[in-house]
Amino acid sequence: MKTNIIKGIAVAVLAGGFFACKPDNAGKNGGSEIAGDAAQKVYVAPGKHDEFYNIVSGGFNGQLSVVGLPSGRVFRIIPVFSQFAENGWGYSEETKPMLNTSHGFVPWDDSHHVALSTTNGEHDGRWAFINGNNTPRIARVSLSTFRTDEIIELPNSGGNHSSPFITANTEYAVAGTRFSVPPDANADVPISSFKQNFKGYISFVSIDKTTGHMGVKFQLKTPGVSFDLARAGKGKSDGWFFFSCYNTEQAASLLEVNASQKDKDFILAVNWKKAEEYLAQGKGKKEAAKYAHNVYDEKIHSATSTILTEVMTLDPKECPGMLYFMPCPKSPHGCDVDPTGSYIVGSGKLAAVIPVFSFDKMQKAIASKTFDGDFDGIPVLKYDAVLHGEVKKPGLGPLHTEFDGQGNAITSFFVSSELVKWNIEKLEVLDRVPTYYSVGHLCIPGGPTAKPHGKYVIAYNKITKDRYLPTGPELTQSAQLYDISGDKMKLLLDFPTIGEPHYAEAIPASLVEKNTKKIFKLEENNHPYVAKGEKETKVVRKGNEVHVYMTSIRSHFTPDNIEGVKMGDEVFFHVTNLEQDWDVPHGFAVRGAQNAEILIMPGETSTLRWRPTKVGVTPMYCTDFCSALHQEMQGYVRVSPASSNVPLTWGTGKTPTAEAEKKTASAKPKLNTPKVAMK
Amino acid sequence: MKRVLIYLLALTPFLWYGCSGKGAEQRAESPETNPKEILEQPETHGTEVKEVALTTPLDPTSVKKGNDIYDLKCMSCHKLTDEKLVGPGWKGVTKKRKPTWIINMITNVDMMLAEDAEAQKLLEQCLVRMPNQNITAEEARSVLEFMRKNDGEK
Repeated sequence: MKTNIIKGIAVAVLAGGFFACKPDNAGKNGGSEIAGDAAQKVYVAPGKHDEFYNIVSGGFNGQLSVVGLPSGRVFRIIPVFSQFAENGWGYSEETKPMLNTSHGFVPWDDSHHVALSTTNGEHDGRWAFINGNNTPRIARVSLSTFRTDEIIELPNSGGNHSSPFITANTEYAVAGTRFSVPPDANADVPISSFKQNFKGYISFVSIDKTTGHMGVKFQLKTPGVSFDLARAGKGKSDGWFFFSCYNTEQAASLLEVNASQKDKDFILAVNWKKAEEYLAQGKGKKEAAKYAHNVYDEKIHSATSTILTEVMTLDPKECPGMLYFMPCPKSPHGCDVDPTGSYIVGSGKLAAVIPVFSFDKMQKAIASKTFDGDFDGIPVLKYDAVLHGEVKKPGLGPLHTEFDGQGNAITSFFVSSELVKWNIEKLEVLDRVPTYYSVGHLCIPGGPTAKPHGKYVIAYNKITKDRYLPTGPELTQSAQLYDISGDKMKLLLDFPTIGEPHYAEAIPASLVEKNTKKIFKLEENNHPYVAKGEKETKVVRKGNEVHVYMTSIRSHFTPDNIEGVKMGDEVFFHVTNLEQDWDVPHGFAVRGAQNAEILIMPGETSTLRWRPTKVGVTPMYCTDFCSALHQEMQGYVRVSPASSNVPLTWGTGKTPTAEAEKKTASAKPKLNTPKVAMK
Repeated sequence: MKRVLIYLLALTPFLWYGCSGKGAEQRAESPETNPKEILEQPETHGTEVKEVALTTPLDPTSVKKGNDIYDLKCMSCHKLTDEKLVGPGWKGVTKKRKPTWIINMITNVDMMLAEDAEAQKLLEQCLVRMPNQNITAEEARSVLEFMRKNDGEK
């Protein structure tokens, strides 16, 4: 059988080689635009590593995927905003606080945009940030442990879409609300009072240089519009932030029609250095708000959640020179800044051109007050005065733009399903390739940074239709990889993605893999329920709570026999993985546990809570294949009726046969009092 | 069969190159990383220890340190008697094995299981690979001191 498969592969490989000669014959499975050497360019031989990490948002799965490029292989799903039964994220006692919010425990979100940390505008490989769209949050994920380390909720916000784009030195991640809302502290207002009462809050979330810890430094109370996407300035425009906004009509119903009335909406330019000055001058006003700040601490292998009660706000009316609107056709979505920081590219979903704004011209227009009136007190700059130029007839439905670092931009077009490459300076279209189908975001490695790595562009498509084997009504989501090293973009690979991919970033593996965490040192484990070695294992009863200090090592748990648990008890299994070797997690599962399993990394302690539902003996076992004797890695918990007087005993057998014989011999007279722990 | 596949895979690039007529183009680059950087992380295996000097009497501080490490990282699998648990019991180990063998088994177990015939015999008996427990050569030396104490040395 194996031989046949190998033969089949060999034939397919050969056939692929021949078809490459006649690309027109490739039909719908390839298309004539596929590169002849595509297979070679994406083939990463067994045991070899990919060149880039691709950190991909999962959209409605609330997670991040880690993908290798150019192979498109998926390595890992990092749970962020959604519970993940596979490893116990959001189920284990230690990780539950990560999903706490001002609304209580929220086990899901919709995550759209990835931002990789930068220093001087270049990738530094430390953290990935991602937004929670539905219950507004920003998460910080460590690129050392590939785990979510911190989540901060955003008050006065609804639909955290314009987020978490970051400044050049990762001073701030921003969060512009997509749905304007009345302030949380005074939110019971008629929806029809939108224009008076609703505000488009923009949060500036500060990021500590060393720890990465986040805090809402200040919020701008801007007029009630919808903030869509954003990018920070860099180089000469460092200190500014640009946000696309739609619904400048300020509609609150049937936005599809009512928010598409004006020919031009805006890009909001924020001088955040100025905002910091106003803050220092005491112009900020603290407002009541309620939001959660959740931090995972690697030393105690646990998260804590704190509810904060006030937030600093700045009112633009009291802060002249901080905000300016630039008119942008029409319903702008993407708002992208080129690597030099000189140009801001707006992508109007309903526009027939791509406007490119000049930062220099913007500065001049501000200096000379070349205004076209104001919007709710904020100056509107004259379109012609700030425009570098327009890319004419680029395609239909421009959405997002990334940069190749060679003076070119590549823009995605949703309606006409294509990627279009154009020169930023000359505004000339250079090349276009089809996508299959309806591309949303796109990604060039380092594309949003001051120093793009180039080489590839990846299209994240909204529809796959006939590209893959059908799987019922719901089809796979997918991405497509193109080679951009030459003048012409060449399709190399289709690959499926997990969840719905929105934005993604790609970073050279060399910047990340050297920092990868392999184990957690047992000596540094300060978990309050750690068992540092089997000597420290025990079972402790506190009222109806039973705490099991348990260890796991290839291939047994200690203790693995527990008696004296009663109905109505709440059992906490605190499992410390005593392994100190890379890639040796243990899993732990208990029959009937109404949450999930836990996966415990080497040196870590993790807790599964279990409320017994039946009297009897309940098996528990290791779920992560760990050694040749993994099947033997199991144990039993005896659950007795609430009224029973079975004493609490525990242990792991010394010499199982002898112990068993001893027990059998003494079983009758001591029916309800089994031998006390064999320690 | 495997050979045939390798042969075919080796052949296919030539088919492609034949078509393009441009000669060999660069295939995907291998990552520009230095695997040494990963290997040099502290939690990985140490390098081979070639010489271990024993002193008498035993150093009590070192014995204590070795005992603590035993409690934390070894006792799950090794008893202090000659009874096998997951791995062999430690009683008599210092009489049977050279100090360098013991130290390398603790700090560099993958190398030992790959190269040392005695280590391989033990794997055949126990069938669970001895894990790397992230113990430095210095710490391993104190474990050895504790083993000597366990074997009755003074």
